[in-house]
Amino acid sequence: MEKDTQGDIWEVFIQNKTGMPHKHAGSVHATDKEMALQNARDTYTRRGEGTSIWVVKSDFIVASNPDDSDSFFDPANDKLYRQASHYHVPKGAKQI
Amino acid sequence: MELREALFNYLLRIGDSSLIGGQRLAEWVSNGPTLEEDIALTNIGLDLIGQARAALSYAAEIEGKGKTEDDLAYFRSEREYYNTLLSELPNGNFADSMSKLFLNSAFFYHFYKALGTSKDQKLSAFALKSLKEVTYHLRHSGEWVIRLGDGTPESKKKIQHSFDEIWMFTGDLFEMNEVDESLIEMGIGVDLNDLRSDWNRTVDEVLSRATLQRPKDGFMQTGRLNAQHTEYLGHILSELQYLQRAYPGLKW
Repeated sequence: MEKDTQGDIWEVFIQNKTGMPHKHAGSVHATDKEMALQNARDTYTRRGEGTSIWVVKSDFIVASNPDDSDSFFDPANDKLYRQASHYHVPKGAKQI
Repeated sequence: MELREALFNYLLRIGDSSLIGGQRLAEWVSNGPTLEEDIALTNIGLDLIGQARAALSYAAEIEGKGKTEDDLAYFRSEREYYNTLLSELPNGNFADSMSKLFLNSAFFYHFYKALGTSKDQKLSAFALKSLKEVTYHLRHSGEWVIRLGDGTPESKKKIQHSFDEIWMFTGDLFEMNEVDESLIEMGIGVDLNDLRSDWNRTVDEVLSRATLQRPKDGFMQTGRLNAQHTEYLGHILSELQYLQRAYPGLKW
């Protein structure tokens, strides 16, 4: 396969409103961080979606391996007591 | 000179530069070097078309002949267009387009900044809104000039050549006539002589970061004020106006 000449891949995180978390929006190509920011702005905030943008080189994202999903996530499935909904609020209690 | 006549011409200069600049950038659609840059150039083009709409609809209102922005855009000929010569030059390669966009944006950045204090409230509101957009155009094109200039020997050679080729059209940006004089006197227009040093500073800063040579000021091709253009405007207008000329009043 021909080598990709469009630059590195950067992950883009957009904050919709001040105080809200930055959410992953997608990725862009760029050769450096300033251009990555501009490309993210042009690709993902064209319709007034954002108040802040983060970009990070995809290489720096550490992702869990799908093969590990059994050991990572399954053990949480049968532990209902970790859910807030597991606990009944006693009648008459205004706050816990 | 009468206010209405002067202001009408002034608005055409602004609106036509945006319209033609926007139309040129639209030619990049689907031809950008990367998908992201394709979108960026389209965004900038659309900003310019938006500015053209605002300026030309105000121009139509000032003219007072019951015309619309569309009438002004589609039914004027070459010798009735007052855009900057820079904005009508062909796109050429990517370096040509970026150097052209950069020099034009640097001018309009300082122009809108100054026009923001115009006594004509509609004009100053338009200028302040456009300034936000042009600030980004300047940044985007400037960053590319720096990267191409301070990039590979090949990219440097190409963009230096671009600047050398179009430099003769930069004098046209600062030309003034009796329209400017009347509007400056009324506190509506901008004295372009005051912008020169700001423009020089902006351009020099980017060129030096780009390790490029500023071309020498030699012969300057002018003509904007008299609606005298390069051979390229006629072609771009024929494409821009074709549909409305063939089917006047056609709607989507």
